[in-house]
Amino acid sequence: MSFLIDSSIMVTSQVLFFGFGWLFFMRQLFKDYEVRQYVVQVIFSVTFAFSCTMFELIIFEILGVLNSSSRYFHWKLNLCVILLILVFMVPFYIGYFVVSNIRLLHRQKLLFACVLWLTFMYFFWKLGDPFPILSPKHGILSIEQLISRVGVIGVTLMALLSGFGAVNCPYTYMSYFLRNVTDADILALERRLLQTMDMIVSKKKRIAVAHRTMFQRGEVHNKPTGFWGMIKSVTTSVAGSENLSLIQQEVDALEELSRQLFLETADLHATKERIEYSKTFQGKYFNFLGYFFSIYCVWKIFMATINIVFDRVGKTDPVTRGIEITVNYLGIQFDVKFWSQHISFILVGIIIVTSIRGLLITLTKFFYAISSSKSSNVIVLLLAQIMGMYFVSSVLLIRMSMPLEYRTIITEVLGELQFNFYHRWFDVIFLVSALSSILFLYLAHKQAPEKHMAL
Amino acid sequence: MLLSQARPLIGCCPLCAFAGVGKSSLVHLLCQNQVLGNPSWTVGCSVDVRIHDYKEGTPEEKTYYIELWDVGGSVGSATSVKSTRAVFYNLLNGIILVHDLTNKKSSQNLYRWSLEALNRDVAPTGVLVTNGDYDREQFADNQIPLLVIGTKLDQIPETKRNEVLTRTAFLAEDFNAEEINLDCTNPRYLAAGSSNAVKLSRFFDKVIEKRYFLRDGNQIPGFTERKRFGGGTLKSLHYD
Repeated sequence: MSFLIDSSIMVTSQVLFFGFGWLFFMRQLFKDYEVRQYVVQVIFSVTFAFSCTMFELIIFEILGVLNSSSRYFHWKLNLCVILLILVFMVPFYIGYFVVSNIRLLHRQKLLFACVLWLTFMYFFWKLGDPFPILSPKHGILSIEQLISRVGVIGVTLMALLSGFGAVNCPYTYMSYFLRNVTDADILALERRLLQTMDMIVSKKKRIAVAHRTMFQRGEVHNKPTGFWGMIKSVTTSVAGSENLSLIQQEVDALEELSRQLFLETADLHATKERIEYSKTFQGKYFNFLGYFFSIYCVWKIFMATINIVFDRVGKTDPVTRGIEITVNYLGIQFDVKFWSQHISFILVGIIIVTSIRGLLITLTKFFYAISSSKSSNVIVLLLAQIMGMYFVSSVLLIRMSMPLEYRTIITEVLGELQFNFYHRWFDVIFLVSALSSILFLYLAHKQAPEKHMAL
Repeated sequence: MLLSQARPLIGCCPLCAFAGVGKSSLVHLLCQNQVLGNPSWTVGCSVDVRIHDYKEGTPEEKTYYIELWDVGGSVGSATSVKSTRAVFYNLLNGIILVHDLTNKKSSQNLYRWSLEALNRDVAPTGVLVTNGDYDREQFADNQIPLLVIGTKLDQIPETKRNEVLTRTAFLAEDFNAEEINLDCTNPRYLAAGSSNAVKLSRFFDKVIEKRYFLRDGNQIPGFTERKRFGGGTLKSLHYD
């Protein structure tokens, strides 16, 4: 009986998450596009719903809500469904939509989609070889095989995003890094931009007039095509067309210059806005946060290096360690069990919420930056895939932050994975990502003022 | 004969539209009478020039250059991009609003685009004080000629065509503008003598009239302050 009640609670919460994912999709992601293929929206919302359910089960684990056997059952069910979606459905639909964009392959859409999916499966399988993630006693089609590979990809993504975010966050928050931009600079750059546009216009006018004269004289302007055409163009050359190709080259160069100037001007405008924002109260608050985050970032990089160099694997989670310190060194006595449950609930809750929110914001920004009306379906499905893998590997890594008694269910459900490997892999990729972001931001920061001075 | 009659430019029309709608293909079609083979993302602004015969077929026929400024990006861009785009709205004499017939939301954005382009002079600091709501009053006394073009007509199935066309007809009426629906990959939509071509040349004629012949009554406030760009463009450019 209690199993039914528990299941109904789970189903209700899943429906809620599904609705939230649906709304997010419509209001945020696809607010400038028309949804023509509802399949895409359904898949995205389903992936989101099942990922959030996993986090919900962790919270239930800590709080002790629901029957433990029904929790276990739902864990297994959830995991199977999510793996099914991430490995079978989403890649297949990505292949299908990619193929439908290419006009040539319209007839055999399904066939080519299957071919693409098989290629994906092959590379997905091969991914497991170089990593020591499994003990050899597992069969071929077990959950562990799939989860281990999904975990590798997801952990890589998490570490990349986390590394970049850790460095970028203080860089954007702190006003120390803001370049000095005055109105005169912006005006000067805008004037240069318009001058370039004027030059482009005058050259295009010459080309247009030349075309029209040739057209009216009855010559059809055709570029020499084919083998004989090329041979002919070597010996006989029409004087007008030679001039024209020269002008066309100049126009191309000027257009490239105008694009660069446009981007620089937009950059200057953005910097000017940030300078004005930093003078407000909110700006000052974020500036202060930025100092705090930069210290946190340095500490994380330091810890990651230590972990790798000394081959250290943390055995205890921060909650238990914190409690140990307070009890042993500071001599404060309190009810360990009670507090460890609540503190880990709060800590894990915060981690979950911030990672979901952070991922959704990043996905939205990414989507706005690269999508167009043709590729919007494919990109949303890719984002759903990334989101699913990200959440699965967060579950893997969150195990580290939980006290021992709550870890068991994750260990039971996910099987015998080499969790230590994942943490090591996370540290390595995090370090690489953070250091390369520092390098990248340093170069970008250095370059800008110099271009500025050369005006 | 052509050369001595060619008047220097003016007739600068920005094309405003949402990204991915097909402005670059459209501009290429209008100016080169050819289909654009490999359209790619437009960064910033690209210009093309079309030679237009004003009042073709009458004894007052003159030839003008029309510059089509294809301003890239979306209405929801960051304010920094919007402020940079405002630079291009300086000398506009006409506006072509382009939307995607297969995407309803691109036509809804057209109101915000026209407000951005027209209200540029109201707040010279570049901050647009508008909530995006459509206000017919603003367009009632608007002197700048507008044209609404819908692209990707071929991608609409025959069954839906009627309702799409009625919707766009209402849209064009709201703007008090003519409308053209076409497919940028097929030059026959703008073939000489077709109704689309007639609407197009009427629009360009209006633009030229507003610029040249009705200057005194029609100056956009602040127009004379931006002369630094006016100076460059009014040079007479004769081809050799």
